[in-house]
Amino acid sequence: MTQTDTRVGPAAAGPAPGPARPFWTTRRRDHLAGYLFIAPQLLGSAVFVILPLILVVWYSLHEWNVLAGTFEFVGTDNYQALVDDPNLGAVLRATGLFSVGLVVFNLGLALLLAVLLNQRLRGTILFRTLFFSPVVVSLVAWTIVWGFLLQDNGGLNSLLDTVGIDGPNWLRGEGTAMVSVIVVQVFKNVGLNMVLFLAALQGVPAELYEAAQVDGASRMRQFWRITVPLISPTILLTSIITVVGSLQVFAQIAVLTQGGPGASTTVLVYYLYQQAFQFHHFGYGATLSIVLFAIVLALTVLQWQMRKRWVFHES
Amino acid sequence: MRAGKALRGVAVALAGALALTACGGGGESADSGPAKLRMTVWSANEAHLKLFNEIADEYRKSHPDVAEIKFDPLPFDNYTTTLTTQIAGGNAPDLAWVFENSAPDFVASGALAPLDDTLKKAEGYQYEDLSPATLKLWQNDGKLFAYPFSTSPFGVFVNTDMIKKAGQKTPAELIAAGQWTWDNALTTAAAAAAKSGKAGLVIRDFDYKGWDNLSTFWTGWGARAWSEDGKTCGFNSPEMVDAMTALHKATFTQKALPGPGTTADFFAGDSAMTVTQISRASLLKDGGFGWDLVPLPAGPKGNYAVVGQAGIGVMKKSPHAKQAADFLAFFTNPTNSAKLAQFFPPPRQSQLTAETLAKTNPKLKPEQLQKVVIDGITNGVVKPSHAGQAELSQQVRAGLDPLWQPNADVKAVLDGVCTKIQPLLAK
Repeated sequence: MTQTDTRVGPAAAGPAPGPARPFWTTRRRDHLAGYLFIAPQLLGSAVFVILPLILVVWYSLHEWNVLAGTFEFVGTDNYQALVDDPNLGAVLRATGLFSVGLVVFNLGLALLLAVLLNQRLRGTILFRTLFFSPVVVSLVAWTIVWGFLLQDNGGLNSLLDTVGIDGPNWLRGEGTAMVSVIVVQVFKNVGLNMVLFLAALQGVPAELYEAAQVDGASRMRQFWRITVPLISPTILLTSIITVVGSLQVFAQIAVLTQGGPGASTTVLVYYLYQQAFQFHHFGYGATLSIVLFAIVLALTVLQWQMRKRWVFHES
Repeated sequence: MRAGKALRGVAVALAGALALTACGGGGESADSGPAKLRMTVWSANEAHLKLFNEIADEYRKSHPDVAEIKFDPLPFDNYTTTLTTQIAGGNAPDLAWVFENSAPDFVASGALAPLDDTLKKAEGYQYEDLSPATLKLWQNDGKLFAYPFSTSPFGVFVNTDMIKKAGQKTPAELIAAGQWTWDNALTTAAAAAAKSGKAGLVIRDFDYKGWDNLSTFWTGWGARAWSEDGKTCGFNSPEMVDAMTALHKATFTQKALPGPGTTADFFAGDSAMTVTQISRASLLKDGGFGWDLVPLPAGPKGNYAVVGQAGIGVMKKSPHAKQAADFLAFFTNPTNSAKLAQFFPPPRQSQLTAETLAKTNPKLKPEQLQKVVIDGITNGVVKPSHAGQAELSQQVRAGLDPLWQPNADVKAVLDGVCTKIQPLLAK
C-alpha cells in the first residue's frame, strides 16, 4: 500500500510515464547467473570459513569446561592469560625456529634440485619422480617411518655407524630434535616446490641466457641476474605457501617428539592442541588459534607487500 | 536501502546458522522411542568385543526399551583426548571407560551420573561383594561414579630362555631363595642384555615419556609422585631421588634398560623382562620362548604392588542415562563379571580366587594368579592420578626429559620437576 502511494505521488506531478521497463533485463540476468555460479562457493565459505572464525572469537571469550558442561563468559581473561603465559615465549621461539629452518632449507633445496633437474640429462625424469614422490605419501605414515629411522638404534645411526660415526639420539636431544623435525618436513614437501620451480625455470626464455653468454656472463651471474628475477613470482608463491605451512605443522611433532625434549619442539599449533584437547582449556585454545591466525595473516600481508621490492616481471 | 536489506538478510542467515550450530553442540536430543546406547572402549580386540556383544544381546532380550547397544573402540593412545573431544563436539557416548589417570577429573567434575542406587537395587547384584579398595578412586562424597571394571596389577613377564642363556638365576629361583629384589632383577637384566645383544628390562609403555608407569619402580623405594592429599610434590623427596638414581644407573651405567629412543618388544622376543599388566599375556605366542610371570621385585622398602584401573561410567547428560546405568548393572552383575574376568580382573571379592581366574586365564598358573593378581589387587597402590592430570603429566614429562641423559644431575632435575608442577598441585 505504502509502496504504491510512494510511486504514484511523484509520478503524478511529473511527465506521463513511458512504457514499463521489463524487470529481467540482460544485465540483471547476467548478474543473477554470476551470483548463482558463485553461490555454492559463497555458501561454503560462509559455513566453513566465516562462521568458524566468528565462533573461535566467541569461544575465546569463554571458559568452556567440557566435562562439567559449563560455558561461562570470561571477557578478555583468556587474552590476559596469554600475556601471562610463561610458556608462550618458548612456544613462539620454537615456532619461529621451525619456520625459518623449514623455509630456508625447503626453498633452498627445492631451487637447487629444480636447477639441477632442469638439465637435459639421462635420468632426470627418474630423479624428478623420486623427489616428488614423498608429496603423495601419507604424512603420518611418512613421519612414523622417519621416527624409526631417527631413533637411537635406528636406520640413520646404523648407516653412520658403518662409516665409524657415533650418531646422536636425534629425537631426544634439544638441538637435534628440532633439526630432525625440520628435515622430515623438508623431504616430505620439497618435491612440490621443486616442481613449481621447474615449471618457472622452463618459462625463462633461452635467448636471454644466450645473450648473456655472448656478453661473457658466468653461470652464477646468469643465475642471479636472469634466473632469479624471472622466477621471482614463483619464489613469492612458494615462500607464502611454505611459511603458512610451516606455521601449521602438527602431525610431525605429535608423532615424532610430542613437543619434547623439554618444550624444545612445542610449536604453536601443537601447544594449541595440548591446551584445548588434552588440558581441556578450550577457551584458551581458541585464543591461541587467533594468535596463530594473526601471525599467518601478518606474515602473508608482509610478503605480499614486499613483492613490490623484489618480485620482477609482474603484470 | 536495498544494500542494507541484503546485509540484514546475510546477518540473519549467519545468525541462524550460528544458532543451529550451537543447538547441534548440545548433545542432548529428544528422548523418544527405544534407546540406542553407545559405550566407548579402548579395546578393539575381537574376543573382547564378541563377549561384550553377547552380554548386550542377552540384555536386550529382556529390555525392549533398548534398541541397540554399540561398543565404540577408540584408539588407546589418545583415548581420553578423543573421548573429551566427542563430548565437546556434542557426540558424547552414553557409557565410557575411564582410565585411572583421568578418574579425578571425570569423578569430580560432575560429568558422570552416580551409580550406587542403581547397582544396589539391581536384582542379585551383590554390591557389597565389590572390594572397597577398588572403589576408592571412583567415589566422591560417598557416591560411586564409575564401576571399577578392571583392576589390573603390574607384574614382570620373564623370558626364561634368555636369562638361562646368560647363566643367570631365573626370577622364580630368586623368589625361592628370597632374593627377588630390584638390585638382583636389574643385574639379571643387564647380564641377559649383554649376552643376547638385545634389551634387558623394559618398563612397558614408559618409553621415557609415560612416566606414570615408573610408579611400578619407585613405589619399591616408598616414593610417590605427590602427597596423599595431592597438594605437595613428591618428585624431590629423598625416596624418589634414590629410586630415580637407581633407575638412571640401571639405564646408563648397567645398561639393564634400553636407553631412550630404543624400542624393544618383550612379546616379540626383544627383551629379557618386561613390567606390564597380565592382560598383555594374550600377546605371548605359543611355542615362542620359555616365559614366566612373577610379582614386582622387592624394593628397599620391601614387597609392594601397583595396579592400573579402568572404570565404566554413565554420562550424566546422556538422554538415556537411566537405561545406560541399568545396562551397566547387568553388564557387571556376578554372572557377567565372571565371564569378563577372563580378560579384566574383577573387583568382586568372591571372584578373586586363583581357581576362578584360572578357568578363564589358561596361560597363567594358579600360583601366578594368586601372587600377581589377587595379592596385587588386595595390597596394590593405584598408579598416580590427580585432577588436571593431563597438564600435570605434560609438565612432568618435560621436566623429566633432562634426566634421560648419561650425565644428568638427578636431584637437580627432580627439583626442577617440582618447581614446574607445584603451582598446578596447589590449585
